[in-house]
Amino acid sequence: MAEVFLRNVSKSFEGNIALDRVTMEIANGSFVVLLGPTGAGKTTTLRLISGLESPGEGDILIGSKSALGLTPAQRDVAMVFQQYSLYPHMTVRENLAFPLRSPILNTPEVIIAQKINEIAEMLRISGKLDNKATTLSGGEMQRVSIGRALVRDPSIYLMDEPLSSLDAKLRSDLRVELKNIQANLGATFLYVTHDQIEAMTLATQIGVLDRGRLVQFGTPREIYENPANLYVAGRLGIPRINILPAHVFAQSPKLAISIGLRPENITMGKGRNSIVRRVEHLGDQTRLHLNFKNHDIVTLTDVHTSLEPGDYIAIQPRNPLYFDAVGARIA
Amino acid sequence: MAEIRVNNLQKKFGEFTAVKSSSFKVEDGEFFMLLGPSGCGKTTTLRMIAGLELPSSGEIYIGGEEVSQRPASQRDIAFVFQLFALYPHMNVRRNLSYPLVSQGLARDQVHTKVQEVAKILGIESILDRSVGGLSGGDRQRVALGRAIVRNPKAFMMDEPLGALDAEFREHMSVELRALHDRMKATTVYVTHDQLEAMQMGDKIVVMNHGVIEQFGKPQDIYDKPASMFVADFIGSPPMNFLRFYGNVEMGARSFKLGQEKLAIPQMRIPFEGDLALGVRPEHVRFKDSSSYRGEVTATEYLGTTQIVTIKTAHGTLKARMASRDSARVGETVGLQFDAKTVTMFDNQTGKALRSALNEGVLAHG
Repeated sequence: MAEVFLRNVSKSFEGNIALDRVTMEIANGSFVVLLGPTGAGKTTTLRLISGLESPGEGDILIGSKSALGLTPAQRDVAMVFQQYSLYPHMTVRENLAFPLRSPILNTPEVIIAQKINEIAEMLRISGKLDNKATTLSGGEMQRVSIGRALVRDPSIYLMDEPLSSLDAKLRSDLRVELKNIQANLGATFLYVTHDQIEAMTLATQIGVLDRGRLVQFGTPREIYENPANLYVAGRLGIPRINILPAHVFAQSPKLAISIGLRPENITMGKGRNSIVRRVEHLGDQTRLHLNFKNHDIVTLTDVHTSLEPGDYIAIQPRNPLYFDAVGARIA
Repeated sequence: MAEIRVNNLQKKFGEFTAVKSSSFKVEDGEFFMLLGPSGCGKTTTLRMIAGLELPSSGEIYIGGEEVSQRPASQRDIAFVFQLFALYPHMNVRRNLSYPLVSQGLARDQVHTKVQEVAKILGIESILDRSVGGLSGGDRQRVALGRAIVRNPKAFMMDEPLGALDAEFREHMSVELRALHDRMKATTVYVTHDQLEAMQMGDKIVVMNHGVIEQFGKPQDIYDKPASMFVADFIGSPPMNFLRFYGNVEMGARSFKLGQEKLAIPQMRIPFEGDLALGVRPEHVRFKDSSSYRGEVTATEYLGTTQIVTIKTAHGTLKARMASRDSARVGETVGLQFDAKTVTMFDNQTGKALRSALNEGVLAHG
């Protein structure tokens, strides 16, 4: 069942197209992540669903009814922003209770207390419930903001880069927590990020946006292994996929203009010689920067490789991806 | 270019000791990283080498000459800051010429030098552009050019890529390292980003609370951490620690954890007390027959690999394994650790216990 359905949605701001005929289904209980750089249309999509903007064209269905005539409050969505927006004069408990005390919901106090305890436990802020919001660390404040969304039981949670202002360690902890919370609640999430690690690890489906267009929608594995075009291929993968002219390797299909080779998909010791430019020991992996027929290629090798700059090593592609002149995938 | 030697360097700001007795040597032509969290003393160390701060005690030698109490202007060092300090009203060429003109170099020499540096950095085509309209990358290249053009004894860089977004930082770090490989200039580089340090450095000093925790080659620091701080700071996800009370004998090649006998690199000292077994995520494996078991609590897909979180009786572990390996949330799995690679720590002091794995590294650490 579709919790939220976008049908041919477009939106322009002063003649600039922010979203271009996007059709997307966010199924009940799914964790959909919209991935793309700044300006791709991610936040616009969230704002259209929440009712903070209205589409120029197309329809938005929430729970199979059109939401276009509804105000943000009537839409039954909960939103979390990148910057925590808490009431500074209130305690954590009061901040969490606030959405439940809205006149529309009118929740009994017993239920409010119970809800708050549950959510605080989940987010590990139980010990801070009676602290003023301003006395919290950045990570705690962001947890409270997420908690403020989670105390409610909306059709969909909309999250706009909620972890991006946190440091790396906390971000990776909260990533795991958020994924568990979503799974335990069976809730529907639409989550916006430009961080590919978040997209891959959190999503049941990723929607890749490129200048307002939804260029691919699928599971992280589909997007990684089977990208629809060059742009998508470059969005996922660390180190980045190598893009080379197709003629560099023999046996490319006829219309192929570029070949995409994931760093891990290069067989060494067979094929044609490349020269080692640089060896990067990153601890858990070692990256080789190679030069092959005047093209730079990055590949992965044994952690304790004896290769050094200036050495020659034969390479051969494995599972190459081919793209045509406009960047569309052909094989 | 020159080697840099730092001996028992200390810096106090009133009551606060920012750097406690640091000693290390930067070889001629080396790309040397000062790594640590904010407040660890890495920037203070860099500023003392450059002469922007004077040490409270200890010595600094640049190219064999003692310079500890000399001002920056007499040390012949170029500094590159995080925020590119360019003259906004001058074009690129004049920004690059400025350090040379102020040294009193002749016009045609300045011209030749600027041309040369612009070529190295690939910015010949923008020499006559105003710096205001440049992209972040080009601004960074011009800032570097200004440092290079003087041909100093060494470069000091304070998080020069810190202000850039992730994708571009990756690109610039490769470019910066390639530039170093061409010029072979002694460089001391401050960062809090462990990946950047591993990626670019010939050697790394890891600092914490003003103290050098470890000093060595990136791969050695990763494989043979001298302390739990280093083991935790380097690597993503970081090293796992299983904490327990127990003892290991001198010369032991295994120890008991629960019912399971686990192999370790041969111990060079005996120890009894609170221990932590340090295991890197890529050295955790599933093995049905192992009696050391844990419950899978999360999996994170990362393309070819995945991170699996496992709850055990002695703490939570993260394992890095191939995505095609099956791991389901809720299932109980037997665990095995790659015996040659694990490190035992004294959990109280956080120091690594000497073993066949790390004795070579700890000896001079």
